[in-house]
This record gives sequence, C-alpha cells and structure tokens, in this order.
Amino acid sequence: MKYDVVIGLEVHVQIKTESKMFCSCPNRYGEEPNTLTCPVCMGYPGAMPVPNRKAIEKAVIAGLMCGCSISEYSKFDRKSYFYPDMAKNYQISQYDLPFCLEGNIKVEGKGFSGKKIQIKNIGITRIHLEEDAAKSNHYAACSGVDYNKAGIPLLEIVSEPDIASADEAYAYLTNLKEIMQYGNISSCDMEKGQMRCDVNISLKPKGRKEFGTKIELKNMNSFRAVHRAVEYEIDRQAEALDEGVTLRQETRGWNDERGETYLMRSKESAHDYRYFPEPDLMPVVFTKNDIDNFKADIPELPKAKRERFISQFNVTEYDAKVLTAEKAVADYFEKGAEHTKSPKLLANWMITDLLKEISDSGLNINEIRVTPENLAEMIEMINKKTISGKIGKTVLSEMFKTGNKPSVIVKEKGLIQDTDESSIEKYVDKAIEDNPSQAEQYRSGKKNVLQYFVGQVMKQSRGKANPQIAIKLLKEKLG
Amino acid sequence: MSSNITYKSLTQLADLLENKETTSEEICSEYFDRIEKVEPQINAFIKLDTEDITKKAEESDSRRKAGRQLSRYDGIPISIKDIYNVKGQSCNCASKILAPYTAIYDATVIKKIKEKGFIPFGRNNMDEFAMGSSCENSSYQTTSNPWDLRRVPGGSSGGSAAAVSAGEVPASLGTDTGGSVRQPAAFCGIVGLKPSYGKVSRYGIVAFASSLDQAGPLSRNVLDSAVLLDTISGLDKMDTTTVRDKRDDSHESIVRKSNENLDGFKIGVCHKYLEMDGLSESIKENYMYSIEQMRELGAEIIDISFPYTKYAIAAYYIIATAEASANLARFDGIRYGSRIKDYKDLNELYLKTRGRKLGDEVKRRILLGTFVLSSGYYDAYYLRAQKVRTLISDSFRETFQKCDVFLSPTTPTPAFKIGEVSSPVEMYMADVFTNFVNLAGICGINIPSGLTKDDNLPVGLQILGPHLGEDKILKAAKVFEDNREIKEFIPDL
Repeated sequence: MKYDVVIGLEVHVQIKTESKMFCSCPNRYGEEPNTLTCPVCMGYPGAMPVPNRKAIEKAVIAGLMCGCSISEYSKFDRKSYFYPDMAKNYQISQYDLPFCLEGNIKVEGKGFSGKKIQIKNIGITRIHLEEDAAKSNHYAACSGVDYNKAGIPLLEIVSEPDIASADEAYAYLTNLKEIMQYGNISSCDMEKGQMRCDVNISLKPKGRKEFGTKIELKNMNSFRAVHRAVEYEIDRQAEALDEGVTLRQETRGWNDERGETYLMRSKESAHDYRYFPEPDLMPVVFTKNDIDNFKADIPELPKAKRERFISQFNVTEYDAKVLTAEKAVADYFEKGAEHTKSPKLLANWMITDLLKEISDSGLNINEIRVTPENLAEMIEMINKKTISGKIGKTVLSEMFKTGNKPSVIVKEKGLIQDTDESSIEKYVDKAIEDNPSQAEQYRSGKKNVLQYFVGQVMKQSRGKANPQIAIKLLKEKLG
Repeated sequence: MSSNITYKSLTQLADLLENKETTSEEICSEYFDRIEKVEPQINAFIKLDTEDITKKAEESDSRRKAGRQLSRYDGIPISIKDIYNVKGQSCNCASKILAPYTAIYDATVIKKIKEKGFIPFGRNNMDEFAMGSSCENSSYQTTSNPWDLRRVPGGSSGGSAAAVSAGEVPASLGTDTGGSVRQPAAFCGIVGLKPSYGKVSRYGIVAFASSLDQAGPLSRNVLDSAVLLDTISGLDKMDTTTVRDKRDDSHESIVRKSNENLDGFKIGVCHKYLEMDGLSESIKENYMYSIEQMRELGAEIIDISFPYTKYAIAAYYIIATAEASANLARFDGIRYGSRIKDYKDLNELYLKTRGRKLGDEVKRRILLGTFVLSSGYYDAYYLRAQKVRTLISDSFRETFQKCDVFLSPTTPTPAFKIGEVSSPVEMYMADVFTNFVNLAGICGINIPSGLTKDDNLPVGLQILGPHLGEDKILKAAKVFEDNREIKEFIPDL
C-alpha cells in the first residue's frame, strides 16, 4: 500500500470499586433499572459529588502501570452537553490537569489475524478519571434511561497516534486489557461495557510528515470489531485517496452486521463542551511521598512476572505463560512455591491437574479449598516418594472435595507408597503368575509389555507400590 | 400568656419555653395569626403547611414535657428560603421549571436545625434560582418591603428578610451568592450573616454559583445569627469544600461575652466610597455616622482603599453566570420538575421546557455564562475573571493584616420601589458592596444602622472579616447593636 496508516485509540475502562465515583451507590452490573441510584447520580437539585478515594488510587496505579508520570496537582472539570444519559447535563471529567500523563506500553503478541506483532512502544498521551453516563434504551414509542451505570468511575486512556495497523491496534488492546486486569483496575468485560474503544484513524502518503484527515470510529463492541472496522476504514480511505477525493473530518459508526462504517456526524456539528474547573470539588494534590507510596503498590506486570518465573523457578516459557495469565493463579503458584523444593513439579501439577479441576468445577482459584500450602505439601510427598504420582491424583481430588491436608488424606485412606521390596515382590509374582502369555511375549522380546505388568502391580497394590521398585523386580523376574 | 411572641428573638423564645411560659404549639399558632394578618400585604411565603407544622410543634412539646428536648431551641420555628431541600416539602426555587418537585432528602443544614429541634416553617419567596436583588424575579409572587409596601424587600432572600422584619417568624435561613442575605437584610432592617466560604455545607441547597454560594441566617439580632451559625456550620462529608473551624467557644458564647466597647479593635474603612457614583446621601451619612460610632466605642479607625473594587462586579457576573450555566443545565424536564407536553423530539423537549419554564433573568444569566465559557472566549472572560478574583482575595488578605474588621455600606441605596429598576445592569449595581465578599470567600454581616430621614427606610452597615473571622464581625456587630441610636427596627405594619 502506498499509504501510512496512523491510528490513535481512546479506551474507556470502568474501574472496579465498591461504590460509584461521586456517591455511595453500589458499582454493580445487571440490576433492575434505576435501583442503584441516589440524588447525586441522578443529578437532583442540591446534590453534590464526593470523590471516591479508591477510584482515584486505582487511576493513579493504572497510570503508573502504563509508565505515566503522576501529576502532583490535578483537578476535575465539568464537560457540558445535553443528553438524557447525563444526569446533570455535564459530566465531571478532567480537562487540562489529568492524574496521569505521558506513558507508554510495550506491545507484543499477536494481532487478530494471528500475525505476530513486532515488539513496539505505543505512547500513552494521558489517562484521566471521569464518571460514566447512564444507559439509554430506545423503544418503539418512547425512550427510557437507566441510571444504574451513571456515575461509575471511568478511566479514559488516550494513546499517541503510534499504531500503524489493525493488528497492532488489536495487540495494543489485548496488552492494555491484561494490564488493567492485572492491576485489579477493571474486569474489562466488554459485554458488560466495562471496556470500550474509540479509534482515530487517518492515512497519509508513505513517508510524508503531515497527518491526513482524521476520522473517528465509534460503536465497536469487541476487539474483533475494532480490528474489522480499522481494516474496513483503511480500505475505504485508501480508495477515496486513490480517486483523489478529499476526506472530511468526521465521526463514523461501525455496523458490525453489515461490516461497514457509516457517517454519524461531521466536524461542523462537533460539540463545544465548555470545560471549566468543577467548583464542587477541591483540586487533588499528591506529594512526592504519596506518589512513591503508590509506586510500591504497583503489581508486577505479566511480562516481568513471566521472565522472573522462568529464571527463579526454572519453569518453561509455556508454564510461565499459563501461570501468569491470571494474577490470582500466579499468586497461588508463588505462595505454593515457598513451601516446596520442586517448584517445577508444582507448576506441572497446577497446570495439568489443579487448573483442570478448577475449570471443571466452575469456581475461580480464590474460591477453591485446596490451599497453596497444602498443594505444596503434596508435591513434597511425591518428591520424597511417600506417595506416587498416581496416588497424587487421588489425593488432589480428595483435597479439592474436602479441603483436608494431604497428609491427613493419605493417612486416613492408607495411601502411603509401598517401598518395601519384599511386599512388592508378592505383587510382582502374582502378576507374572496370572499372565503367563504376556510373560511369554516379554521374554520373546516384546519389551513394552512391561508397562502392562507395572499396571497390574499398581492395580493389586491399589496404587501404593513404588513404580521404580516394581519395574526393577519385574525386569529381574521376567528375565 | 404573652400574646407578644411576634417580635421576640430566638433566645427570648427559648427562655419562654424553658420557663414553661409558652409552648411550641402556642408560638407557632401566634405566628400563624400574625401571618394571616400581614401576609396578604407582604407575600413573603410561597407555601406554609400549618397542619404539618402544628404536628411538629406538638411533638416538640411532648418531648419537652418528658424532659427530652433536643436543645433549648426545640420547638422554635425557622422559615426556609425556597432553595433548600426539606424532605417531603416542595423545593421550587420560585421557578416554574421545578413546580412539581418535592424534595426527597434533607439538606445538611436542614438536618442540623432539625437535630436541635427547630421546626422548618414554610417556604420563603425568592428571586428565581437566587438570581436577583429585589425578589421581583420570582415566578410566583412579588414580595413587599414591610417598611413600605410599594418597595422591594431586596433579594434574592427577599421573602426571608420580609418575613422576619414583618414578625411572621423569628428567623429565616437564606443563601448568599453575591449579597442575597445581606442586601435584603439591609433593606428590611434586620441582621443577615454570610459565613465564610466552606463554613457551612452547601449539600442540599440548590446551586446557583457553587464557588460563591453560602447559607446564612437572617434574624432579629446578632445573638440569634450566632445561634443559627453554631447550628448550621461545620465540616460535612457530603460537601468536600467545607472546612474545619477550630475554636474553643461557640459563636453564641462569644457574642454573649462581647463587652460594651471595642477597645483595641482595629476597624478598616474606605473614605473613597463616599465619592462613589450612585451612592445615595442617606447611605453616605449613615456610613459616616457608623464610623464615628465605632470610634466612640473605642475602635481604632484605619483608612484603606481597594484598587480592584471597580472590576469586582464584572468578574462576579462572569464567574457566577458561568457556574450557573452548568448548575442549571440539569433542569431539563427529564427526571423531575416540569416538562412541556408538545414536543416532537428530544431537542424540542429541551428547548420548549427550558424556554417556557425559566424566567427572563435566569435565561439571561445562562446565556451569559454559556457565552463566557465558549471555546475562543474562555481566556478573555472566565480566566481573566478568575485572575481578578485572586487579586481581590489577596487584597483582602493584606487588609486583614492591618485591621480586624472592615466597614462598608451594605447597599448603595435604601430599598427601591417595585418596578423602579428595569435595567439588569442597574439592578446588578445593588450588590456593588456585597458581591466582592463572595469572590474573596470571606465573611460579612449586615447590621441595621439607621433609618432614612425622608422615607423612614432602614439602612445597613456591612462588617466584613477575614476567612473564618466570624468571631470578629459578630463581636463588632454586637457592640454596635448595643450602642446604636435606634434600638429596635420594627416596621409600622
């Protein structure tokens, strides 16, 4: 293509808090319309906002995680426009002095097309905190407004125009989502409207410095839709430029069914938001000390954690990736690793067994009865050959059911591994005696029949026989 | 029992109640009688629910009988400007756009007076959304000045001032954004206090200009204003602009302890004011009289000049209207209040509802505020006005390093006639001595200081103090009150 693509994203993320941004109404999704409201979030006469300290903290942490500098002096501003979803007909937002400025995110991974993206730094212009709007519902004869969502703390994360393709936009969003989830800033569930994205996109002839005409894209409800809309818009704009058409600055919506963008409004009808400092709220001042304290609260980013897991615990890259995909899982692993000499074995057990149990049960890792300490104890028992790996599986599912310690389960159920050669010898003899034809096969050179005999020994010993000893004896006896 | 409850002060009523010489029910019913008699001429009340008030009075009396009174003021009625949310009562700001709105919660100030047992006693008339200086901008009724029924009571808390002056209530709660407590108090010959910004919670008071609004009492004397200030002030978690005021004594006890003289007190005055255009002779004379009075009482008089006074009105009207344009945007007919029926789409709903239901002065200020915030004009107007505001604040800070309090006339003229002032800008001049006080966020009080010779109209003296300097202005006002020539300001009704 003979054009450079220039893309900047504006991402809105609902902050996960107990209560709304400026009142004590719960921040919850999916309740009956207008049941999570009060005079403040409904814009009643005389009501005044009280800022949510927790939301401000999370906004700052989000900024620090995106490499932003934190302003020592910030303030809230009023952004005026009339629409029923805005209870006061102004939104409390931040205009010229937001909490976070000038950061960047190292973007890596895959685009939607599956193409691996070259590692790239995408600049973050600013991150500011505002209140979410209500939800309008339009019916045949009338419209309704549900104010449950009105006043939920909302972050706006504005990127620099550093993104050059649909795949990069997709990868940026994936990385940003991971950061927000990791920092416990937001659940980022797009279906619940917890993460939303607007795209600014323009094309310019390759190598030219000045940007082309900026088009704003709205209404994309998934990362996939963002990818598609960007691809569509690149084609549309390239075609227009090829034909010598002059593009005009405008806002376009994305129609997911038809797979195309459509004109929403042109620049002439752009709002004048008449920003001015919110007189109901005091400016927010952080000392250098406050900011240092926030820095201590930044969770380790997934990428750093992966690298550390590989070097510290000697796990594979794949293991590290699975273990760090969710922060809770990573925390669980680290806690368990403190109590075992074989973190690698712990990783294996978590990935192949524990996570499977968890996904079968529909619980999340914080809700299960198996504590990391208990799982580590079991790993130690396997390590010391107190139990076999096979018994381990039984023990783990028992732990999952009852929450008991593995030592208790093993004792109660008599599952301790048998390492006494003379008692294993009895099982070995019995196995050979019961299966003469298989013994013959082995002797005639079909060495893999040995596994069958091991199975028989385990069956007879109810899994307690030490497999290494069983193999040694079987080999001796079968000649 | 005493039939002369009418012109008793809050503390006198409290004494009567304490000594079992009267009951809350009796007090309220005496005021009902007074209202029945004078209200047809005054029109200070938009609403008065006598049944509900009587019930509250009975409750108070039984509390007192059982020795469980909430305070010594339990059972005393206080009328309320139509701008405060009082749960279950209409709160219309004298505007048609809020006509069917009933408050669903109590303003913090209301909660506080209820906690002491005061009974919210009716809704006082006002200029629509507190925008005006004469009460003529009410969309309900025109209130008359009890001293001369052809004249305005001042505004915007004109209903409150007229009600207190006419003996319809012992005190009232108003709000002051640019003089709306002090100016009507001056016109009606009563005490009106504007506390320092942040001293009293604004939560539940319908906002006009958030960075200027303060609740304030209108009362018969200085002591009553101190009592009410003690009741309503304090840090409020619902209003994050409130401040903590550390003090050992209540304002009430400070006023009670104020001696007969002002020895050692430094009082700033501005003789340049006497040369000001539009200042009437009676006001000049009274200002000079008041200064002399203060000197005789032992105060040291210091002449001070303010270089920024002439810019204050412009800065005030830019900031106040800018904030108002956003504050009043919520009145759109969507969630509460009035909505017109004949609209085709959302835009028409907004335009017709706001176009028909808001009054002219309110619309003028919304237009002005919208204009000064518009992109391209912001720096020239709003930002510049904020700079002027900072200069004014700074100059007051310097002033109060030289003196304890500062004196000015409260108004440039005594009460004018209804309909007399037709130009908005001329009307804005009525607040020339009061609105810079709100810009600076400091405190001020109007104390009646005389009557005009020709028309027998009250004239007021404004005493200003530094931020959180209420002690000082209350003390100066109290000593002045005890020693002024005219002891009581009671209109001939």
